[in-house]
Amino acid sequence: MKVLVPVKRVIDYNVKVRVKADQSGVDLANLKMSMNPFDEIAVEAAVKMKESGKATEVVIVSVGPAQALDTIRTALAMGGDRGILVKVEGPVEPLAVAKLLKAICDEEKPGLVLTGKQAIDSDANQTGQMLAALLGWGQGTFAHSLELSDGTIKVAREIDGGLQTVSLKLPAVVTTDLRLNQPRYASLPNIMKAKKKPVAEKSPGDLGVDVTPRCKVLKVAEPAKRAGGVKVKTVAELVDKLVEAGVVT
Amino acid sequence: MTALVIAEHDNKTLNDATAKTVTAAALVSSPVHILVAGQDCAAVADAAAKIAGVEKVLLADDALYARMLAENMETLILGHADTYDAILAPATTTGKNYLPRVAAKLDVPQISEIIAVVSPDTFERPIYAGNAIETVQAPPGKKIITVRTTAFKAAATGGNARVEMISTATDPGLSRFVDENLSKSERPDLTSAKIVISGGRGLGSAENFKLLDQIADRLGAAVGASRAAVDAGYLPNDFQVGQTGKAVAPDLYLAIGISGAIQHLAGMKDSRVIAAINKDSEAPIFQIADYGLVADLFQAIPELNDEIAKRGIGQKA
Ligand SMILES: Cc1cc2nc3c(=O)[nH]c(=O)nc-3n(C[C@H](O)[C@H](O)[C@H](O)COP(=O)(O)OP(=O)(O)OC[C@H]3O[C@@H](n4cnc5c(N)ncnc54)[C@H](O)[C@@H]3O)c2cc1C
Repeated sequence: MKVLVPVKRVIDYNVKVRVKADQSGVDLANLKMSMNPFDEIAVEAAVKMKESGKATEVVIVSVGPAQALDTIRTALAMGGDRGILVKVEGPVEPLAVAKLLKAICDEEKPGLVLTGKQAIDSDANQTGQMLAALLGWGQGTFAHSLELSDGTIKVAREIDGGLQTVSLKLPAVVTTDLRLNQPRYASLPNIMKAKKKPVAEKSPGDLGVDVTPRCKVLKVAEPAKRAGGVKVKTVAELVDKLVEAGVVT
Repeated sequence: MTALVIAEHDNKTLNDATAKTVTAAALVSSPVHILVAGQDCAAVADAAAKIAGVEKVLLADDALYARMLAENMETLILGHADTYDAILAPATTTGKNYLPRVAAKLDVPQISEIIAVVSPDTFERPIYAGNAIETVQAPPGKKIITVRTTAFKAAATGGNARVEMISTATDPGLSRFVDENLSKSERPDLTSAKIVISGGRGLGSAENFKLLDQIADRLGAAVGASRAAVDAGYLPNDFQVGQTGKAVAPDLYLAIGISGAIQHLAGMKDSRVIAAINKDSEAPIFQIADYGLVADLFQAIPELNDEIAKRGIGQKA
């Protein structure tokens, strides 16, 4: 079975963004960029499937600027076999990404798509679900654990009330949550090897998809700042403050 | 035209995320209809009919919807989408699961987790873990929206909408429910509790988390956790507060042994009052806490429990 893993290049999770003074967006210039952490978990899950003989090939796909090639190389260094870069400058909305991925799935015919549940930049949590719908496939979102068998996959999902397990007919789309695994670090030899792995480049035009944004971002602003607080010296003083504030009675 | 809100429920009771979504929906389009999809869930439809401002409740009662599986919800909602110019769902794990499928099939970009309706086509939503707020205008046509329910007040009760049974769709046969392992708790729901007491890695063990229970019980509070505490297995995943867990906005958020990483702050910084106990005076949580106590939690927690008991706090409710 072929596993397709879409990965996104995003700001590193340790970096705090700043909003541009003209409120046109956030300032990403010279900030550290990395693979979306949830996508790293997806790559790890796919590579594990290959190592256990359940997957035959792991194909990494990224939609993004030329530098998204680095993100693909990172995934290849973790154990992916080959990459596809769909080169697009500027923002691409989740629906457009889903359409691009659908076109790639039509060509590649994977048995499973594994990707992150959300990207930590736009926090939209849509792409995997949209892709599944466009393909007419089942989906297992927010995966906590996976169990592949013949023609089906069981996905335990992290839901608001606890865990829910569903069984999906393959092919299917699975999106990862934090507890699925602990992604590996790529070793230096594997990073070197990854440089030689093939990466194909495509354009949205090649795939017949119009990626022009449909929503208009009118403004990006700083969130309301919280007024600075005070330090209290004792537990009794803390309780005094909470009573004064009227939050406990 | 009309807005359709998809109800959140467990087949027995209507979750108050629904009434909050109705508030957002009424700002986008009116009147508002509610779709209750479930199994043996007539009581839920009756509760939905009592939400003020709701004109009609659609009830799809069938085994197909017992767990609101995304694939089944997609076909059901698509079958009724024509009539509506806006479809909204709460940004719960259920709503986030099915609604993007509907949007994709309608070829409409979904607007996720709105926190404000600026005008019927323009919305505010947090991005980058809440470090920026985006104001986004949806294109003309249908609006497909998930709503961060902590940002909207619940619509009042007192309505008297009619309930209409609707025909159900066929089984797309893509997925099947296997089982569920839900956390049982007598405590209020994390996302709607007035007081939330959260613990982090500083608690050190699942056993130590029980230290928080006594206080939570006295105060009628919900218990929450940081990702680190969940990853370590101190509490199940559904307790995680943050960018990629639950968003909460109680009157009081008490963070104990939590450093205050941006991903955690994203889920709780809209709380009215934030108090923190941490032994590290440099912990970032203190930058946003209204009241900070630098102390060892193993000493502070029993003291806090005694202090609350001594003053009879929590017994007046
Ligand atoms: C993709 C992604 C998504 C994430 N999503 C979330 C999310 O939704 N929610 C979330 O919370 N995190 C999330 N995180 C993780 C986040 O970055 C932090 O790692 C996490 O919040 C840290 O949890 P913590 O504060 O409990 O642990 P730590 O950062 O280890 O802090 C523990 C704190 O406890 C204090 N402490 C220790 N012992 C004591 C004691 N005896 N008395 C008093 N204080 C003590 C320490 O001083 C320290 O400040 C995410 C990370 C990634 C990469």
